[in-house]
Amino acid sequence: MAEKLVIIGNGMAPGRMLEHLLEQAPDRYQVTIFNAEPRVNYDRIMLSPVLSGEKTYEQIVIHGDGWYIAHGITLYKGHKIVAIDRAAKTVTSDHGVTESYDKLVIATGSVPFILPLPGKELPGVLTYRDLDDVNAMLLAAQSREKAIVIGGGLLGLEAAAGLAERGMDVTVLHVMPTLMERQLDPAAGYLLQKAVEERGIKVICKANTKAILGEDKVEGVELEDGRVIPATLVVMAVGIRPSVGLAKDAGLAINRGIVVDGGMRTSDGNILALGECAEVGGMVYGLVAPLYEMARVAAAHLAGDSTPAFVHSDTPTKLKVTGIDLYSLGDFADGDDREEIVLRDASAGVYKRLVIKDDRIIGTVLYGDTGDGPWFNDLKKKGSDISEMRETLIFGQAYQGGVPLDPMAAVAALPDDAEICGCNGVCKGKIVSTITGKGLTTLDGVRAHTKASASCGNCTGLVEQLMALTLGDAYNPAAVTPMCGCTDFGHDDVRRLIKAKKLKTIPAVMQELEWKTSCGCAKCRPALNYYLVCDWPDEYADDYQSRFVNERVHANIQKDGTYSVVPRMWGGVTSSSELRAIADVVDRFEIPMVKVTGGQRIDMLGIKKEDLPAVWAELGKAGFVSGQAYAKGLRTVKTCVGSDWCRFGTQDSTGLGIRIEKFMWGSWTPAKVKMAVSGCPRNCAEATCKDVGVICVDSGFEIHFAGAAGLDIKGTEVLGLVRTEDEALEVIAALTQMYREQARYLERIYKWAKRVGVDEVRRQVLDDPDKRRAYFDRFVFSQKFAQVDPWSERVSGKDKHEFRPMASVGFNAAAE
Amino acid sequence: MTWIAIGHIDDIPVRGARCVKTPEGKIAVFRTAENEVFAIDDHCPHKGGPLSEGIVHGKAVTCPLHNWVISLESGEALGADEGSVRTISVRNEDGKLSISLESAVLAAAE
Repeated sequence: MAEKLVIIGNGMAPGRMLEHLLEQAPDRYQVTIFNAEPRVNYDRIMLSPVLSGEKTYEQIVIHGDGWYIAHGITLYKGHKIVAIDRAAKTVTSDHGVTESYDKLVIATGSVPFILPLPGKELPGVLTYRDLDDVNAMLLAAQSREKAIVIGGGLLGLEAAAGLAERGMDVTVLHVMPTLMERQLDPAAGYLLQKAVEERGIKVICKANTKAILGEDKVEGVELEDGRVIPATLVVMAVGIRPSVGLAKDAGLAINRGIVVDGGMRTSDGNILALGECAEVGGMVYGLVAPLYEMARVAAAHLAGDSTPAFVHSDTPTKLKVTGIDLYSLGDFADGDDREEIVLRDASAGVYKRLVIKDDRIIGTVLYGDTGDGPWFNDLKKKGSDISEMRETLIFGQAYQGGVPLDPMAAVAALPDDAEICGCNGVCKGKIVSTITGKGLTTLDGVRAHTKASASCGNCTGLVEQLMALTLGDAYNPAAVTPMCGCTDFGHDDVRRLIKAKKLKTIPAVMQELEWKTSCGCAKCRPALNYYLVCDWPDEYADDYQSRFVNERVHANIQKDGTYSVVPRMWGGVTSSSELRAIADVVDRFEIPMVKVTGGQRIDMLGIKKEDLPAVWAELGKAGFVSGQAYAKGLRTVKTCVGSDWCRFGTQDSTGLGIRIEKFMWGSWTPAKVKMAVSGCPRNCAEATCKDVGVICVDSGFEIHFAGAAGLDIKGTEVLGLVRTEDEALEVIAALTQMYREQARYLERIYKWAKRVGVDEVRRQVLDDPDKRRAYFDRFVFSQKFAQVDPWSERVSGKDKHEFRPMASVGFNAAAE
Repeated sequence: MTWIAIGHIDDIPVRGARCVKTPEGKIAVFRTAENEVFAIDDHCPHKGGPLSEGIVHGKAVTCPLHNWVISLESGEALGADEGSVRTISVRNEDGKLSISLESAVLAAAE
């Protein structure tokens, strides 16, 4: 019979502890978790990227619901434990659930410290601790008004940067003379302040807050010196306090935190504590590395191995604000017995300082260039004597031993016990042995099995170098293939950064992301143009010179340099007058070939470029608009005749096809999009090999997607069944918008769907009505700017130069 | 050689091209992001694609048919491809552009 293990709290520390425990003693315990937060285990240190828009909540979940189910763990979400009865060995939640335990783990974490100021309880005063706080800040940021962050430490600065990214006018108030004074010396603090201010964030140091002002809601902050700073949002990020109330009521030994021994045992042998609420060796911890170490120790003890003991070690501090590199470790206070080595390069914004005692590094502050941080950390941890390399120490590892090392050689030279991932405490030897032991070849695989680079991600480069070293040519870093030779960023990073940094022009992207060429190339420019059109439909001005010729001249270029023209024929339906108009145009311009396309439209081939505007003018008179047969956009919606005519038809497939086409035409997409609607499962419109297909059935509309009949041939995946045409339209538009926002340029829907997963698409656009509606609304918004017929624009004179030669020279005047 | 006026630099979009018709075929005149002007035959050495319709980047153009990249300065295909296209001298005097053509071409046409 399994013992009962109850865990109070579901943060990162107990989550990690469970992973270790399940590995070491999978069947020993029946596990029950009570979590006051109404959600699964997520990566709290990634909240800042969520706030700034670089990641979503879904991307920072560590264990989804499925994980708990798969491991037979009972998870009570939104249950706060109100009492521990040590005599009866039970805990009771605020919802009245009582659970008995053999072993109890307290992981209640910490609560944000609230300054006892007048006005602290006003609406608009927030802390920065969990996802609810982030959501509240995001809501407040929509106002684009003024925000004040009290506290210029790690959390406060991350909150300030996130709010500024979200468009707020932010002021940071910090009580000390320089920012992050606990981690940085004044010089680095000064550089940091400059970098923060360059982002448009105001910083006031030596700011003593006197009161938060406002009647019904926050209106501002008053400082001791009388200054009043207006704001509609005040975020307090002045520190955290271990949550010990529950443990105290239960009579456990408490100091600043819940007192535990090296084995994470509290004063009651059946109760362990770990995480931010625990105090071990007189210290409480807030950074993730020591918390994970506690998790490892606690798991071992629960599994029956009582040898591991928690040992204090310094953890480097890094700031998760894109573009600001800082690294701080250990002790860097001045002192008579200490020496220091300092390197400043003002123009490059680099500052490095090593604090040395008895020829050993005891502290490091790096700003601007943090690449050698892990090496300094390693020297410090080992207590290595640095007297031999004192002259060149500050220049870093590359300058030791005479010959500068390339980064690869530097990694190769690291000893096996050098720490690569600070967040998770993973050393080089562990990564290398896991790669070889498990036959891993991808970064995701290494993350899954070792946790290295799975948290803040700062060490990703190092991990990849290790993979390259270990695997040699077998390592193919396909996951990070750059967009083109002009950049090292892959498509996904570029898309993410365009959003996060609010980049709204191609030159801005190239400048901010450090493009290696002056104006890109034929691969990246069309991609960037598309990403910007998609992300900022109302603000971005389309760059025609970054479009492929087909989209620039709105017709298909053919092998001989002539063009083919396909007018839109909604749902494939036409009329005698339309056909007559097409016939007239064919005669008048001597168009050599007329062909019915696979998508039920009529293609006129062999038109000279100069004739295009005149051809369009004639077609326009008959009511035709461009069929966008040339576009990375919605091309056709193919239909069968449906219930109006067909004896098998179950719904009006023709009508639905026309409706979809009229609703969605003109939209730009990462690659071409073809759709079809079939009136019954006989599927005459061949909807099951389209990017999006609908099969009408008696009970409604079966929506399919991710088919292909091009380079690859692939049947569609079924997204699901909806009851009404309106629902079908909403789901299809939402699906298209999700694809528009996530896919890499030129990536067809079927490839994108394979990458993100069919289930994930279904979850977002079918199962989650709020998400679907949000995608749908964004699609509709962008259509306001996209649904313009390019042909009539050209007929009325736009881009005239495209269709005329600049000059004709050398011809005999009489001959012309 | 004869210099023949073909128009003004502003007739060409930045990072774009226009064509000049001659008895020997079309000449593509390019304007780069830095407002330099180059002229080459509008005929990709690979399969004759109209280079004037390509995307201009740096001092090169990518052919719209099969993505060969051609140097506007030398007319040579860049990268792994081999081939070249004729370059034509261009003069830019305060934005007024002229190209130099063989007198023989012009004479023959007259």
